[in-house]
Amino acid sequence: MIKVLSSGFYNTIQDIGRFGYGDIGVPVSGAMDMYSAKLANHILRNKETDAVLEITLSKCKLLFDKQCIVCIAGANLSPKINDKDLPLNSVKVVNKGDVLTLDKPIYGVRSYLAVKGGFQTNVVLNSRSFYRGITDEYILKKDDVLPTKSIKTEMSNPLSSVKIDKGHFRAITLEAYRGPEYELLNKEQRAKLSETLFTISKDNSRMGYRLEELIANTFESMLTSAVLPGTVQLTPSGKLIVLMRDCQVTGGYPRILQLTDDAINKLAQKTTNHTFTFKLSF
Amino acid sequence: MTYKSYGNHAILIEWPSKIDENILKDVILFKNKILKNNSKVIVDVINTYNSITIIYAPTIKNIYNEILTLKSIYLSFSTQFEGKNYCWNIPVCYDLKFGLDLKEISKKKGLEIDSIIDMHSAPIYTVFFIGFLPGFLYLGGLNEKLHFDRKSNPRLLVETGSVGIGGSQTGIYPQNSAGGWNIIGKSPISFFDTDKKHPCFAKSGDKVKFISIGLIEYQKIISLIEMGSYQFEKSIVK
Repeated sequence: MIKVLSSGFYNTIQDIGRFGYGDIGVPVSGAMDMYSAKLANHILRNKETDAVLEITLSKCKLLFDKQCIVCIAGANLSPKINDKDLPLNSVKVVNKGDVLTLDKPIYGVRSYLAVKGGFQTNVVLNSRSFYRGITDEYILKKDDVLPTKSIKTEMSNPLSSVKIDKGHFRAITLEAYRGPEYELLNKEQRAKLSETLFTISKDNSRMGYRLEELIANTFESMLTSAVLPGTVQLTPSGKLIVLMRDCQVTGGYPRILQLTDDAINKLAQKTTNHTFTFKLSF
Repeated sequence: MTYKSYGNHAILIEWPSKIDENILKDVILFKNKILKNNSKVIVDVINTYNSITIIYAPTIKNIYNEILTLKSIYLSFSTQFEGKNYCWNIPVCYDLKFGLDLKEISKKKGLEIDSIIDMHSAPIYTVFFIGFLPGFLYLGGLNEKLHFDRKSNPRLLVETGSVGIGGSQTGIYPQNSAGGWNIIGKSPISFFDTDKKHPCFAKSGDKVKFISIGLIEYQKIISLIEMGSYQFEKSIVK
């Protein structure tokens, strides 16, 4: 078990997401940066589907009340065990009574804590991913208890670690496909879309990222249709919204681009005032 | 009908851009055929008024092959239409205690509150699809006289079960949510329950009829639901 001493701002349990319930309005959810979440599980030789803790740019303090094998991947939020630096992307045995803290961001936005065997919070509709109205808990709170599996620690090699490509956290271009309504854009709109350096507004969350710059919107309103994580919508005001993992299943704004999986993961490591350009593939 | 790739995990199929019961029938028939085909790689099939989006777990290697497969599924003859559709009787209490915006609609539209309630509970609405929130039904069939613009300042909290009007649409909030629709009543029924095998009782193609109930009946249904003995009134739609 892990006890939450200090919860941070918006931290959640996530896995690869909740599939099969889209037609009753249930969002997919899942780790925002799926690449880093899977990497943390992979380093521990967990299953890809095991649940991890997603920690978003905030102070967080966790108490282990039994021995655990852990790995942190994704953003570097200066993780420490009992005030001693904990290297990222490495296997580490932590003991009963140890305290893990995350605090000052060095690079990236979202950090992933995996424990050997995965977090054992409740499975609701085939997934442990927190979502308001689906799981009882939707964000981590002080004094929450996160169940983990009992593990024999003698088996592991506490030195194994992997090197990662920091480009994942510093990407300045995000690759995207043409969205279903891309064809409706005129020449100027298309040029603007591919040439503009877009800035992430402060309105960014697990549901979506609003961008600051405007693209003239000349479209008539359209009938509501399905949307996906990574869909870039053009709103009536001309601002773009990039939908993220917790997005609704349907929406009524033109879907002008669709990010690649890799681009969604990279965007998940960006926040307010970060900038990027879209790069159209195909 | 058009078939488009939508990213590299999804295919979007679109019918003419209309809210139309005949298009919906064709959409649902096709959706059921896709589901019956039991593909290992398809994880979600989401329909709206005039579209189906098919979501694949792996990346789609050959989009043309997948579209060809879908086209042959569309043309395949289905001997039986598996999914039965129901008409659900949904109790709604239009008391002013819950109908927070009834007075305003009444004033601006020049309609008696009782006639608003009659007009809202008279039609048999069609469930076109479910979206926005888990268990939120997109209903078609609102009386034109009741069309009423969304509030310019959305409420930060609309309570679970609230029945609202937003422009030409009407619907029920399945969970506490911020919302800009004008609230005219409240239903004691739960529209989304993760403990049930089918978390949302309704599905695309079903019908809904609102039954006006008083405060006492509302409380009685709440108690019955708590005891687990509330029985839905429903009938099969031909």
